[in-house]
Amino acid sequence: MRLSAVDLACHRGGRDVFAGLSFAVASGEVLTVTGRNGAGKSSLLRTIVGLVRVAQGKLILEGGDPELTIAEQAHYLGHLDALKPSLTVAENLRFWAGFLGSRAPDIHPALAAVDLDELADLPAAYLSAGQRRRLSIARLVAVKRPIWLLDEPTSTLDASAQERLVGLMRAHLTTGGLIMAATHGGIGLETARELRLGEVKP
Amino acid sequence: MTPLAAILVRDMRIAIRVGGGALMGVLFFLVVVTLIPFAVGPNLPLLKQIGPAILWLAALLASLLALDRLFAADHEDGSLDLILTGRAPLELVVATKGLAHWLTTGLPLIVAAPLVGLLLNLDAPAEMTLVLTLFVGTPALTFIGLIGAAIAVTLRRGGLLLAVIVLPLTVPVLIFGVAAANTAGPMPFGTPFTILCALTLASLVVGPFAAAAALRQEME
Repeated sequence: MRLSAVDLACHRGGRDVFAGLSFAVASGEVLTVTGRNGAGKSSLLRTIVGLVRVAQGKLILEGGDPELTIAEQAHYLGHLDALKPSLTVAENLRFWAGFLGSRAPDIHPALAAVDLDELADLPAAYLSAGQRRRLSIARLVAVKRPIWLLDEPTSTLDASAQERLVGLMRAHLTTGGLIMAATHGGIGLETARELRLGEVKP
Repeated sequence: MTPLAAILVRDMRIAIRVGGGALMGVLFFLVVVTLIPFAVGPNLPLLKQIGPAILWLAALLASLLALDRLFAADHEDGSLDLILTGRAPLELVVATKGLAHWLTTGLPLIVAAPLVGLLLNLDAPAEMTLVLTLFVGTPALTFIGLIGAAIAVTLRRGGLLLAVIVLPLTVPVLIFGVAAANTAGPMPFGTPFTILCALTLASLVVGPFAAAAALRQEME
């Protein structure tokens, strides 16, 4: 599987966010997207997942399921955690697993993978910022999708949770997945290549 | 569990938990209708005459009460981004959310209507007719309301805009709903009731498509 972009451009609010962007990521590879604030890191991930319209150029996915769009084969982990405070930890995860996956998988391995299995029956309103982030990461484990698009995945995570995330990402890469992550401080994988945004000012 | 079943279960759970909109709607309905006899006075024939109209108006306002949060809450916590990129067609997701909203706010109104009908001096046949028209008509109110909820999704205080957009669109439903419910009125039951059914069927189709189009436009 190989995700690539050719001459990609993005306009938002009447402003060019980026233009002429080309990159490629293949199975087992990590591409970190870096750049100053406002360089378009989040916009790039949102463009790939179809939430922002492609202004110019194109996105190509080779080796994926031809019946599905790129977004339908990708996990998007945005700034917001997409959790409902009145539902419990398990109910939140079970909903996203049911909505994103085609069948009803067992969610407990995914909760254990982010070390939240003891809080399964706690309403999400009582979670800390880091625990909320871990619960949304559990979504990526519960439903298998080959492309992970992560926007600042390590923000709010403590050292041990960051290590767990690195472990999950390694496991995902060895099973043929690919990862694109927008980040400021690095995500802890040595093999990561870097895509710098905003180097060339038009 | 299929994606749509997951949405239905989640939305109904949120509605009946603390802070959900389910109880608010029916309580608002009960309070408004209870106030009317105090304002109008103990004029039993008059209450009987305006009763169906009062109940329909109260049901209309109550079913719009929690509707502005339907998509706005999902937008604010990022759920809508994931829903938009999901495999389920957005039109069906929107229709499912509408169904969940009707089951948790519309249906309780219909159950409560005969109870408060007593306060408005409605007899048993009139109450039966009223319950039937509400059962057929309230889905139309919810599904027309979906359009307003989708348009107001990115606004902080979308509730007022929602009312301004949606209330004029509900005028036909109100006219034919009250006409069918008013057994003492000049019109026979069949004609307005058939038109009410048609309005509901049309809104079940148009509402989800219009709301999904509005959502896609807003999220750009």
